This record gives sequence, structure tokens and C-alpha cells, in this order.
Amino acid sequence: MSQTGWTDTRPKSPHLQVWRWHVTMLGSILHRATGVGNYIGAMMIVGWLFAAASGSYAYRLFADLAGSLLGQLVLFGFTVSISYHLLNGVRHLALDLGTGFDPKTANATSVLTLLGGVAISVAIWVLAGLTPVFSGIAS
Amino acid sequence: MTQPSLRTPLARVRGLGPAKEGAHHFITQRVSALALIVLVPWMLLSLLSAVRGGYEDATAWIGTPFNAVLITLTVAASLYHMRLGMQVVIEDYIGRTTTRAVLLILNTFVCVFLFAVAAFSVLKIAG
Repeated sequence: MSQTGWTDTRPKSPHLQVWRWHVTMLGSILHRATGVGNYIGAMMIVGWLFAAASGSYAYRLFADLAGSLLGQLVLFGFTVSISYHLLNGVRHLALDLGTGFDPKTANATSVLTLLGGVAISVAIWVLAGLTPVFSGIAS
Repeated sequence: MTQPSLRTPLARVRGLGPAKEGAHHFITQRVSALALIVLVPWMLLSLLSAVRGGYEDATAWIGTPFNAVLITLTVAASLYHMRLGMQVVIEDYIGRTTTRAVLLILNTFVCVFLFAVAAFSVLKIAG
């Protein structure tokens, strides 16, 4: 690997814009994207812990931010990100064991993890009656 | 003019993975994933109920010995796992050696920093 730029003159392998879209490809890209999303989400979790440790005033500042419309959207996005990454992570562990590689299974499990991630998130927020999560914070 | 190496072929191959560490990265990424399969759903569900009641309820939830230990474990495993994941992302997309090294070091610093903040917060509330 050279220090600056690409010096190899041979043709490069085709990149995203050349490939026909597959659901497995979408799943793979989203796995990485949600991984990065979870990185940011982890910062929010740690921020919440720190706010709780800093006292009721700091906690209320955090809660107000998280309870705002934007905050709720971000938190729901984080829930989807976590749920999908977790489900697809389990799928990846199965792939690591050498199972589920034939195109039919791979496509099906990809669709399942995509739908499952969204379904679990909606279920968490709706069924638990948690919308909006930070409502009614006074103390 | 190449000198004949005195190292055995095994010695040359051993530890020469993409990150010069063989399969270590691959394995630790998956072992931490196994822990997170259990920890994250617990954390997610308890957290969503813990944040409903405000400051008093939140600190009461964090302060329980059982919760304090599991929160610390979840945060630690998450930060470890995401440091490994972000390392791969950086290695994949950043070609410039200097930028890459800076980001890789920054990645480690951020994760260790977050762990210090989380561990202190949990211990302060639980203590």
C-alpha cells in the first residue's frame, strides 16, 4: 500500500455503481452503517449515565433534549439501528459457522433481518407504550 | 539481492493477518458479539422503562448492584466491540497512512474515554 494515492494502472474491480443491487448487499451495507450508528448511540447512552451521575439538573437537561421531537426521532433511529445490527449480527454468526450461504437462504435471511429490525423497534416503542420515552419528567 | 531468511516459514506466516495479528481481531469481534446478544436486549428493555420515571427512578435503577454490574458489562462489551468494528471501517476507507493512524488511535482513545465516563458514573450512582 503506497503512501499517497493509487499507482496501479490495472483496471480496478467494479464498485457500487456497477453492481446490480442485491438484498444481501443492502443488508451488508446497512450492517456497517448501523454499526457506525450504534457507535454514536453508545455515546448517547454514556451521556445519559453521566447526566444521571451529575445530578438532577444535568439529568433534566439531557431528558429535555432526548424528549424533544428531534431527540425522539434520533432515539427511534438508534433503536432500529441496534435491533437490526443485533439481528444481522446473529445472521453473521450463523454465516461464520458456514451455514446459510446458498442464495435463496441468504436472500431470505437478509429480508428477515431487515424487516425484523424495524418490526422489533416498532414493537418496543408501541407495545411498551413508551412514546414519548422521556415524557413526564419533572423531578 | 535478497538475503536468505533465517526465519522458518511458520514464523513468517504466524501473526501476519491484515492487522498483523492473524485471527485475533476476527475472534474477539465475535466473542464480544456473543456477550452482546444477551446484554444488549436486557439493557435496551430495562433502559426504556428506566428512563420513564425521571431522575429519581433512573438513578435508583442504575444504583442496584445487579443493574450496576450488568450496565458496566454491557457498556464495556459494546465499547470493545465497536472499537474493533470502527477499526475495520477506518482500515477499509482511509488509505493515507498518517490519517489512518491518527483515526485508529483516536478510535481507541474515544472508546477508552467513554468507558471511563460510564464506569465512573455507574460507580458514583451505585456507591
